[in-house]
Amino acid sequence: MLYGINCQACHGSDLRGGDMGGPNLLRSQVALTDQHGELIIPIIQGSRKAQGMPNIGLNDEDAGAVAAYVRSVIGTIGSQGTPPGQKKALNILVGDASRGQVYFAAHCASCHSATGDLKGIASAYPEPTELQALWLRGGAGNAQQRTTARKATVDVTTAPGKKVSGELIHIDDFLVTLKQSDETERTFLRKGAVPLVVVHDPMQAHRDMLPHYTDHDIHDLTAYLVTLK
Amino acid sequence: MKLIHALSIASLVFSSALSIAQGGGVSPEELLKPLSKQWPTYNGDYTGKRYSSLAQVNRQTVKNLSLAWLSQLTPGADSAPSDGRPGRPAPVPLIVGGEGPGNINIRAGSIKGSVLAVDGTLYVTMPDNAWALDARDGHQLWHYFWKTKGGTHIGNRGFGMWNGYLFMETPDDYLVSLDARTGKERWHKMIANVEEGYFATPAPIVIGNHVLVGVGNDIDSPGFLQSFDPETGELQWKFYTVPMQKGDPGADTWASIDAARHGGAQTWITGAYDPETKLYIFGTGNPTPAYTTGLRGDLDNLFTCSLIAVNVDTGKMAWYFQTSPHDMHDYDSAQTPVLFDGMFKGKMRKMVATAARNGYYFTLDRVTGEHLVTSKYGLDTNWANGLTPAGGPKRDPGKDATIPGSLFSPNSSGTINWQPVAFSPVTGLLYTYEVNSFSLLYLTDPDPRGSMGLGGKEEVHVGNTGSYLTAIDYRTGEARWRHRFYSDGIGGGGLLATSGGLIFSGDGAGSLVAFNATDGKPLWNTRIGQITNAPQTFELDGHQYVICASGDTLWSFILH
Repeated sequence: MLYGINCQACHGSDLRGGDMGGPNLLRSQVALTDQHGELIIPIIQGSRKAQGMPNIGLNDEDAGAVAAYVRSVIGTIGSQGTPPGQKKALNILVGDASRGQVYFAAHCASCHSATGDLKGIASAYPEPTELQALWLRGGAGNAQQRTTARKATVDVTTAPGKKVSGELIHIDDFLVTLKQSDETERTFLRKGAVPLVVVHDPMQAHRDMLPHYTDHDIHDLTAYLVTLK
Repeated sequence: MKLIHALSIASLVFSSALSIAQGGGVSPEELLKPLSKQWPTYNGDYTGKRYSSLAQVNRQTVKNLSLAWLSQLTPGADSAPSDGRPGRPAPVPLIVGGEGPGNINIRAGSIKGSVLAVDGTLYVTMPDNAWALDARDGHQLWHYFWKTKGGTHIGNRGFGMWNGYLFMETPDDYLVSLDARTGKERWHKMIANVEEGYFATPAPIVIGNHVLVGVGNDIDSPGFLQSFDPETGELQWKFYTVPMQKGDPGADTWASIDAARHGGAQTWITGAYDPETKLYIFGTGNPTPAYTTGLRGDLDNLFTCSLIAVNVDTGKMAWYFQTSPHDMHDYDSAQTPVLFDGMFKGKMRKMVATAARNGYYFTLDRVTGEHLVTSKYGLDTNWANGLTPAGGPKRDPGKDATIPGSLFSPNSSGTINWQPVAFSPVTGLLYTYEVNSFSLLYLTDPDPRGSMGLGGKEEVHVGNTGSYLTAIDYRTGEARWRHRFYSDGIGGGGLLATSGGLIFSGDGAGSLVAFNATDGKPLWNTRIGQITNAPQTFELDGHQYVICASGDTLWSFILH
């Protein structure tokens, strides 16, 4: 109340600076380090006139209440300096759905279909930001949530004609581990090109596309996909 | 078997003869020498090369490198009273300092810094905690615990050392000096105010009679570098990395002096030092607010995301070079620069190089700051188009945070982050990580005043196109080779180059690996988990040790 009457015009209703040019109080070193008004009250009462802060004319008690209010808002600053307050939901759908449909036909339709695997995708993922990240990644980010069709497989050829295949569990420069169709795992030592290891990753196409999208492509395609209810 | 036994007895006898001198310090003069048998400062020596002259472990012998010992460290005042080893019941002396209430124990400590290896003793830190270990078997000599008042507990990069004194920073912004032999506290000094959002992770660097100390902060506060007296802890000078008064250098690159004074440019990684010019060269962090222009104006916002050279005696700036003009992606340029001499276009030059977090590589003249080379080493780096007249990347405003989302690479973690790089004068290559990641960047706070801190955006990671160990030719900035990691994330906690022709690093897939410095081929590995710091090396009793950390455990390897 006291803040609204005396301070808001200059420092803003959210304390982040207002139309009259007062600075953001939430990043003020004075306000951040004030314990119980000892730094803020003198300023409210005119100690910084030279720097353009007028004497607001509040008594100690009222100025102290304003200081307590400022500290209480500072207490709601998020991690890494994120400003307080709920994030507003913003409309990310700025793309052109018909251009998105053309893009889909040209770049996605060899693997996906609007009436097949992606039927109802917009109902399954009604939040456009979630849908946009989902299609860029090529599915859920979490490997556990991936269906079998999206898991990588590997062929390990230990000798001519001796090939072992299965789901890829782990690979690095020194070992490769796969899970065979009977659910058992096998690990092979790798030394350079021996044995021959070929990974088949159905998500590779999605990764390969990342450097090639324009932001317009992305927004258009998302605008199209949200129509697949 | 018999031979190994005989050797180990011989080394035992040898070591006990030498151990009389254990626990000694390092003089400021010794710190001027190139990296050799000891590791007495954050980067091993002042050049930032992390290039060791030790060659016992080399391309031929590395196959025989195996475990000497490991030591698990438990942070907190009530950690195990002894180090739990059979035959070592003696409690480890615990020294407690700090101004906090004593009820904040951050358990999930991880070693993310450099270990000092001086005179048979290793000095290791985690946030609020420090240990001295016997370098021969890893047992604890003392444990120091700091009672914190708070602050961001993200990591601690290690100690600085001046004669027999150690210096560390704490997350709640104190510089603490310990007696190296006993771990007893000599003094502690406040270096910043934790309530203003400051926190401290860097390893102090000792140069002559200066202890240089940097800080971090995410909430719109000015960055600065301070110099303290190693004996008394008195402040010698304080250099602000953003303009603080009208008319200060760089003030005309901000919309107002108030914006500059909240403009960031934190000093959270230890720099390099050139004794000839007395210039300390270090990188600065992002501007704040990080993702919105708002009140900071559309100009360069100096001296954020810059390399800065200051005279170590006066704290006055000699030159600067901005590696991310008007940064909009939290691309801190705090990475340790590397100093080296070499041929450039037919002339011997004294140079400094940095592989920045923003996907660009730079070579400069380190005496004058003259720009020599800029290259884009991040294969898919897409936030800039061409170069500014000064040689910095020219930001593409279309890749700033937008309401419908902007797809940018590398993501805000960067192609590399805090992890130290390495440079070999033999190959002329700078070795760096290169993570090619993509994120969608949404603007969630379109307020014309701009946001605050790292707020006002939502970053959503959508994939990676490859994570590499990359070797860059300093003459051209071109990658001579890339070794791809089998991981989307960063390979490890930093790099080590040796005159044995090796590069040591984690591989992001659970191993410590020795790579051939010439072509990046992996030559040796040991499967000890994700490596959380840069591997280091030192010599003791005729053995070359290679050490590194995975989480709370320090590992030590020698040839067998």
